[in-house]
Amino acid sequence: MAITTPKSAFWKGLRDSTPFVLVAGPFGMLFGVLASEAGLDVVATLTFSVSVFAGSAQFTALQLMQENAPTLIVLISALAVNLRVAMYSASLTPYLGGAPLWKRAIAAYLIVDQSYALSVVKFETEPELTSAERYAYFFGTNALIAPCWYGATLAGALLGNRVPEGLALDFVLPLAFLAMIGPMLRTTAHVVAALVAITTALAAAWLPYNLGLIVAGIAGMVAGAQVELWMARKTGAQT
Amino acid sequence: MTEIPNGALWTVIIGMAIFSFGLRFVFIGFMGDRPIPEWLMRHLRYTAVAIIPALVAPLVVWPAATGGETDPARLLAALATLAIAYVTKNVLVAIGSGALGLMLLLNLLG
Repeated sequence: MAITTPKSAFWKGLRDSTPFVLVAGPFGMLFGVLASEAGLDVVATLTFSVSVFAGSAQFTALQLMQENAPTLIVLISALAVNLRVAMYSASLTPYLGGAPLWKRAIAAYLIVDQSYALSVVKFETEPELTSAERYAYFFGTNALIAPCWYGATLAGALLGNRVPEGLALDFVLPLAFLAMIGPMLRTTAHVVAALVAITTALAAAWLPYNLGLIVAGIAGMVAGAQVELWMARKTGAQT
Repeated sequence: MTEIPNGALWTVIIGMAIFSFGLRFVFIGFMGDRPIPEWLMRHLRYTAVAIIPALVAPLVVWPAATGGETDPARLLAALATLAIAYVTKNVLVAIGSGALGLMLLLNLLG
């Protein structure tokens, strides 16, 4: 059924986002628990989730702070993980770029994996939507996810130290990162980017200030982009 | 594991809050309807898939819990988690089975 009003667009967005509660809930909770294990109090943990609102970047910062990495390296690495939201922002601009500044600012804060993935598909398949309907749908996709992320973080932070010992919690974070990588490996270029990054990270682990991570990230990024160009040229040459 | 200093913690939280918003706002806020350069988009596509593996690889090969000694149980659990995540595309199933596998392996090998 096509969307007819901003109100129904909002509810459509909310309904479409419900499966993602199963991701945001446990992930927010995991962040709360691990943050409290790392010694963050409830206020810091909740402020983190509300103000930054970026799961994988928060996990990255948490890991590096525990390794006592310099603050600048923590910031650069966490932002590098989050560079993809800049890509989302770019890709949503043709659809949401025409609204008043305050509305674009609120939308910007709400750009996360789930809201982007749902909205861009919706906007592409229903080009007749008005700007108001697009915004209503976009806000709808976050009406459940954002409160769920905050609430789950809070619950995890409160639960924190009551998690039983001996669960090898030290390794939950690496496992969470590995699980996030799996679905990202969509093309050969993505796989090459990951492999180059892993190899460089292990080879450059001796660099001071966790700089090996930055070097490896850049190497992986360039490798992915180059493979993409090369693949495009190859298919271009065939046709 | 050492205590995280309070000053550094809040610098990171506030810094990340500002820059995370900046990243999200940069195009939708400033670019309007102008097109984004293709070379930039091409590199942005591979940032997460490069930096997350780079972060996790040393943690898997030299885990802090064993004092940096490579641990077969953790290595196997890590590879299994990645494989399950790749095949099922389901993050939660992958973490769950990876954590379960790690507990079993730690009991078997430990």
